[in-house]
Amino acid sequence: MDPAGEEAHQVLQLSVVLFCGAAAIWLGVVAALLYTARRRRKSLSEQSASRFILFGGAVLPSVTLAALLSYSLWLMPGLRPFGQAASAVLHVEVTGKQYWWHVVYRRSNGPVVVSANEIRLPVGQRVELTLASSDVIHSFWIPALGGKMDMIPGRTNRLSLLANKAGTFRGPCAEFCGTSHALMAFAVVTMEAQAFQEWLGTQARPSPRAADDGAALFLRHGCGACHAVAGIDARGTIGPDLSHLGSRLTLGAGSLPNTADAIARFITEPERIKPGVQMPSFAMLPQDDIRNIAAWLKDLE
Amino acid sequence: MSRPAKTLPAKGRQAQEERLRSVWANPQGWRYWTTVNNTQIGLWYASASFAFMLFAGVLALLVRLQLAAPQNDLLSADFFNQAFTLHGTVMMFLFAVPVFEAVAIFLLPPMLGARELPFPRLGAFGFWSFFLGGIFVCGSIFFDAAPSSGWFMYPPLATDKEMSGIGADIWLLGLSFIEVASIAAAVELIVGIMKCRAPGMRINLMPLFAWYLLIVAGMILFAFPPLIAGDILFEMQRMFNWPFFDAERGGDPLLWQHLFWIFGHPEVYIIFLPAIALMAMIVPTFSQRPIVGYSWIVLAAVGTGFLSFGLWVHHMFTTGLPQISLAFFSAASEAVAIPTGVQIFVFIATMLAGRVIISTPMLFGIGGLATFIIGGLTGVMVALAPFDWQAHDTYFVVAHLHYVLIGGMLFPVTAGIYYYYPLVNARHLSDRLGTIAFWLMFVGFNVAFFPMHLSGLRGMPRRVFTYPANVGWDMLNLLSTVGAFIFASGILVVVFDVLRPKHRQPRAKINPWNAGTLEWISEPEENWGVRSIPLIESRYPLWDQKNLARNVNGGRFYLADAEEGRREGLVTSVLDAKPQQVLRVGGTSYVTIVSAFALGAVFIALTFHWWIVAAASGITSFCAILWWLWTGTAEIPEKLAKDVGLGLTLPLYASGPASVGWWAMFITMVGDATAFASLVFSYFFYWTIHRDFTAGIAGPGIHWPLAAALLFVCAWIATLAARQLNKQGREAGVRVVLVGACALTVAASAAGFAGPWLYGMDPTRHVYPATVWILVLWVLAHAAVGAVMHIYCLARSFAGRLTREHDIDIHNVVLYWHFMAVTAAITFAVVGLFPGVR
Repeated sequence: MDPAGEEAHQVLQLSVVLFCGAAAIWLGVVAALLYTARRRRKSLSEQSASRFILFGGAVLPSVTLAALLSYSLWLMPGLRPFGQAASAVLHVEVTGKQYWWHVVYRRSNGPVVVSANEIRLPVGQRVELTLASSDVIHSFWIPALGGKMDMIPGRTNRLSLLANKAGTFRGPCAEFCGTSHALMAFAVVTMEAQAFQEWLGTQARPSPRAADDGAALFLRHGCGACHAVAGIDARGTIGPDLSHLGSRLTLGAGSLPNTADAIARFITEPERIKPGVQMPSFAMLPQDDIRNIAAWLKDLE
Repeated sequence: MSRPAKTLPAKGRQAQEERLRSVWANPQGWRYWTTVNNTQIGLWYASASFAFMLFAGVLALLVRLQLAAPQNDLLSADFFNQAFTLHGTVMMFLFAVPVFEAVAIFLLPPMLGARELPFPRLGAFGFWSFFLGGIFVCGSIFFDAAPSSGWFMYPPLATDKEMSGIGADIWLLGLSFIEVASIAAAVELIVGIMKCRAPGMRINLMPLFAWYLLIVAGMILFAFPPLIAGDILFEMQRMFNWPFFDAERGGDPLLWQHLFWIFGHPEVYIIFLPAIALMAMIVPTFSQRPIVGYSWIVLAAVGTGFLSFGLWVHHMFTTGLPQISLAFFSAASEAVAIPTGVQIFVFIATMLAGRVIISTPMLFGIGGLATFIIGGLTGVMVALAPFDWQAHDTYFVVAHLHYVLIGGMLFPVTAGIYYYYPLVNARHLSDRLGTIAFWLMFVGFNVAFFPMHLSGLRGMPRRVFTYPANVGWDMLNLLSTVGAFIFASGILVVVFDVLRPKHRQPRAKINPWNAGTLEWISEPEENWGVRSIPLIESRYPLWDQKNLARNVNGGRFYLADAEEGRREGLVTSVLDAKPQQVLRVGGTSYVTIVSAFALGAVFIALTFHWWIVAAASGITSFCAILWWLWTGTAEIPEKLAKDVGLGLTLPLYASGPASVGWWAMFITMVGDATAFASLVFSYFFYWTIHRDFTAGIAGPGIHWPLAAALLFVCAWIATLAARQLNKQGREAGVRVVLVGACALTVAASAAGFAGPWLYGMDPTRHVYPATVWILVLWVLAHAAVGAVMHIYCLARSFAGRLTREHDIDIHNVVLYWHFMAVTAAITFAVVGLFPGVR
């Protein structure tokens, strides 16, 4: 409704046409229905009634629908230009998992950046997204930028997005994917091209705080078996990459605000926050350890 | 045209009525439940589906309560998912489709001037299957075992046993059972409409309701089998780990989406068209004139039915299919709006050309149309792919589909209840309560569902059990919840109006609305349908044929008596409704309940993997059905022909295309062939998505499949020879050939089995062996039925029930074998030859 991307913008224009047209047609038909109920009116002859069916029911809709169809078919190739994928400077691979998002940025010039549950895109540059799933069907959607595209196991889908306004948005999973489908979302940040490049640069390096005290606790309690943190010996791939967790806007794929307290809560009772989540509860760890790990993770910027 | 007979003496009339009454009477006491009379079955069917609707409505209210506020914790995520899954499932499978089968079973015979539908026992069987299956599916939620993967059951979420427990099996098996009942009803309705109309009711004089039901039953026949085929693949994966939808072993989750929506989209029209059919009966009555543009509306309905099979991909616009297919299906989806528009304009034109009488049914009808049009217009929007990319799987679609289904189905059905209630118990429903109910429902509905358009456009996805507080969805959702409760209170008023005791109310007169169609002759107290079967000369016989009611009720037309104490009706020709035969239909019997419950037990036992119970119930149901066929079908009458009145004498026995049984077999086999075609489609679907669809796994070879095909063709030829010999009256020859045909079938099955077996094809390893096996098993199961048919004919021959003159059984078996031979030939050609020519 409040577009910040090329596709969303075009679809909004299409929608305005559709809504106005629909309102006019509805008013016309309902007026006709109400008119029939009037007591004092002349009855139509059989012949003019048939003509009414022909024009109102067949000719008029055919013309309108043909026009609408042409409009939308004309839009389609421009909105999702898969032919010219090479022209995109940035490729983002997103993999849907129950119930979070694995994100990989690939540039022609520069190292690969791995992240999770948050997507940052440059304004004014077309980005090509590669969408896949590792378990069930999910659907990738950033309402403010464009339409959705499903992530289907065994298949790879592509999506092309062009942001034209800087801002922060929410992207939900749009295909029912299990118990906590409602809690599978991600934050989207569109940034000016320069700022985006800088951000990507910092993301490509390990967080300066990675080697702090919390790292030892993190490793000792086995967190690294599932989670990866750049710069230390944590290379797990089952759960989200936590290399720069502190810099992200939300926690748990959009289910909590990103604070140290929330991180501690997530470690203690993941199942209560997100029913059906794969992460087991670590409530048996000493409270201090949990607090320290949470604080350390929050510092990873 | 012959004229009605002169009046009978009062005494003779009374005696006739006594005989008719006792022939058509319902049994007393607890045996009442064994009746097969269409009036009773129709009412039970309708009551049961309404009860399921109220249950699903309560689930919807729970869903709305949970969503009334952000971050609400009234329901757990898991319960919420069960609730919305069951809500959709029950509304679609246990209410929207069955309620029309119910209305059709109740209304069609009187509307067509028939005493009964041609297979009353099949109708009862269908009802009991539906009832048992429905209770099983609905009951699951009380054990926290309801399906929870959405009514569309997408794999791999729904095929994974950890993510979706027994609920998925309950969905698959429970609904497969109900789908069988739906197809049974479709067969009965098609044959009833084509072959059991009153004499003179040519196909272009048929009431529009019958036209619509004919189209819808035809659609059921082509739409449900792909889902049944999909269910089979799905359950094979869940039960035996055959990887049809497992991407790692060559399967593809998208195949399910294709099969599901090839069913799912026509399903919408299967629901919507009968509601329009009710409107097509109500509008002329309250405009007091015949419908304008009869042929327009019939053509439009046929067009809608036809187009509805070419739209399914618009449910899959976001699955990453090529843009060219999106464009094609987008165009087809737009096109279906045109015949729909024609139908609405036919109603408006009829109202314009007549004088509209405002009444409760019209209020619901017009309110429904106004609501439906909004749903139609948003449908045009989501059919445009770029718009759908945004709106798909959001609350916009939730709003759209409820505007379509509630405006296009629930409101017209309620109009139908108010319109037809006098036919049920000779009393009117209250106009005052009806008006209150209408406004509660209309206002409540719009308050509940209009805001959903906006919450959807603001990005709220479907099927979320909670949502964050800061994204602008709070007020809209609260409003929807309030509206939902207002809507529900309107429905409660309708329920109260229907259930409140009315014995102190004055009797409604016969034909209270001065309608023009035949069903309004019938008297609610009498079970015989029509007192005598009239000659029809007009689309609105009560308006155009003078004294028709008096002549019918005076017994001055056909079959005014039941001298032999049998339930009898007329069979007429398909196009011109020329009388052809007197049909004796089955009466009260337990066999229907026993077979339905035993078959139900098979499905329920399979859900819980109780193999022994499943086998035992399978045998019980097999025996019950055989007993039913043996005692209840192809009965040899005591005389060749019978005088039906007005100087007309008709045969009591007919076989081949002249008999209703042959038509029922033909129609059933068309549905069966559609399911088979869906399996073949699946085979080639995997071929299209893989570079080498065999994945290097050995196929069943060429020799065994070809041998099997050849032997099946021989068995088919032997079956044809049996029919030929029977025609020549060579009894011994018939028996020998039947034994030979049976032996050939067994040999053919063994050869068919040998191919994949000897080449060691392991169906759990990859999807290629699994598809080969599923096709072969399909043929083997059909071969088993074919062999049973041979043995059955043999037994009938020995019992003297299959003779030269009485040859219904062999004709129907030959018809089955035509389909069988084609199925076997295609299967073995595909699995044997295709890997070589690919």
